[in-house]
Amino acid sequence: MSVVLELRRVSKHFAAHPAVTDVSLEIPHGSFFSLLGPSGCGKTTTLRLIAGFESPTAGEVWLNGARIDHLPPYRRNVNTVFQSYALFPHLSVRGNVEFGLRRKAADGIDARVREVLDQVQLSGKESRMPGELSGGERQRVALARSLVLAPDVLLLDEPLSALDPHLRRQVRAELKDLQRRVGVAFLFVTHDQEEALSLSDSIAVMNGGRVEQVGTPQEVYLRPRTRFVASFLGAMNWIDGVGVRPEAVRLSSAAPGCKATVASAVFLGPVLHIEARLESGELVTAQLAPGCAFQPEQTVYVSWSSADEVRF
Amino acid sequence: MRLRSWFVAPAAALMIATLAIPLVIICGYSVLTRGGYGGVEQPWTFENYARLFDPLYGVIFVRSFWVAGVATLLCLALGFPLALFIAQSGERKNLYLSLVILPFWTSFLIRTYAWMFLLRDTGLINTVLQALGVIREPMPMLYNDGAVILGLVYGYLPFTVLPLYATLERLDRSLLEAAADLGARPLDTLLRVTLPLCAPGIRAGAILVFVPCLGTYLTSDLLGGSKTILIGNLVQNQFTTARDWPFGAAASLLLMAVAMALLFAVRRRGEELL
Repeated sequence: MSVVLELRRVSKHFAAHPAVTDVSLEIPHGSFFSLLGPSGCGKTTTLRLIAGFESPTAGEVWLNGARIDHLPPYRRNVNTVFQSYALFPHLSVRGNVEFGLRRKAADGIDARVREVLDQVQLSGKESRMPGELSGGERQRVALARSLVLAPDVLLLDEPLSALDPHLRRQVRAELKDLQRRVGVAFLFVTHDQEEALSLSDSIAVMNGGRVEQVGTPQEVYLRPRTRFVASFLGAMNWIDGVGVRPEAVRLSSAAPGCKATVASAVFLGPVLHIEARLESGELVTAQLAPGCAFQPEQTVYVSWSSADEVRF
Repeated sequence: MRLRSWFVAPAAALMIATLAIPLVIICGYSVLTRGGYGGVEQPWTFENYARLFDPLYGVIFVRSFWVAGVATLLCLALGFPLALFIAQSGERKNLYLSLVILPFWTSFLIRTYAWMFLLRDTGLINTVLQALGVIREPMPMLYNDGAVILGLVYGYLPFTVLPLYATLERLDRSLLEAAADLGARPLDTLLRVTLPLCAPGIRAGAILVFVPCLGTYLTSDLLGGSKTILIGNLVQNQFTTARDWPFGAAASLLLMAVAMALLFAVRRRGEELL
């Protein structure tokens, strides 16, 4: 797939600290690409460098074959969905969605506004003010306001974090669906691994201002290249320097395996969550089928397939 | 009485004694007849209010509104960029704000006198320009509407800067970024996002300047001379040299009524917007 957005060795150093160091990324046309990492890892700064709110200390940003890192935000054909949505409180839904089109003196504004509001299921709410909308509706206005400008890349800064947890899962599915329909590349910033894994075609895992690994969700989860990636995505047992996911751990009441004692067994519905203490004193977590019967204090043997091992 | 109520008592007593009671007295005076040497006499009459509609006084009212209006617009025009500059100057904000408030350390009367020393025919500006040969005769800069407006703008500028600064400072920066993100150039962002969102601050600043300017008498007395009489000077004259207390009372009440009507008009619009 051809690349729509490319970062070449981009760094951003603020007076107090380096926020982004030597980041290189290639985002293909029409893909759902996530920047995943803990808070302060530089993912939002990376997004702001692409949007043009910050200028890089070093490196280059290329959009559709043109270098854009020296351009102000209003000259870049990328648009941002802000974490707080940043809807203009003095403008109606229509006023917000039209805002960008009016700045460009675009043709057929009415038709384009109608079309995009239809896409995000906000038809009929054109004259509402942002203060009269629910969180989910506000998020869709923010999406519509950006998508109506047909950006080369849509930048989304934790767009689900302001929503109620029960709404988040539903909106997540809608977001993925919308991205497929409009075919615009989404660059999605999140600290939520489940969001990143479920939505993305590719994930870049960031830590301390650097990209640790880029890959598909399966690659970064199953074949993490650094200890940080392995620990940040899902849980990981570290036994003698070898990483094993809890769901890859097998327990049995007879040898072979490492001898251990069950410390706790918690029934969670779909899984049974077991913590077992090895003779070395290390704790191992295992996720087992809910029908397994293990009691605390019971002696068990811990084993795993070498194919499931993660080592660096 | 509950303890809470006692906390209001001193301020309430002061306001009643110095504002409410005199206001009632003024209301009474305004419908009485003038006494021979000041003061008031029977009979009751609305003659004083009727006289206010004489074109002679109409001119004074119109001029007062014009002077106060121009001063307010100038204060907003000068104050907005200044407030924007201060709101965006990071750590130096507090320094700039204290500079804005610095003139309050000197009495308004003294600062107005200082303008007389600058503007009069033998004042600093004329003397220097004459010495440099730029002008031969002194320029008449004092005792006209322009001098009054200058004095008012100078005196009341901080009252527009402070509320404007307060709204600009609270303005969510991500809204400005969103505007740029959607293709708005800086001037467009200023006109379509910053200014509309500052409407409450602009209203507050306008009221804080317009109302006192409308009733000003010190600035117009010192810088306007006898040629520029405003409502405030009219009221003052009636209570002093003209010895017509009832007419002065009527004029001051009309001024107050107009100012309050304006306040309510602006506030009702504000409530709709917020």
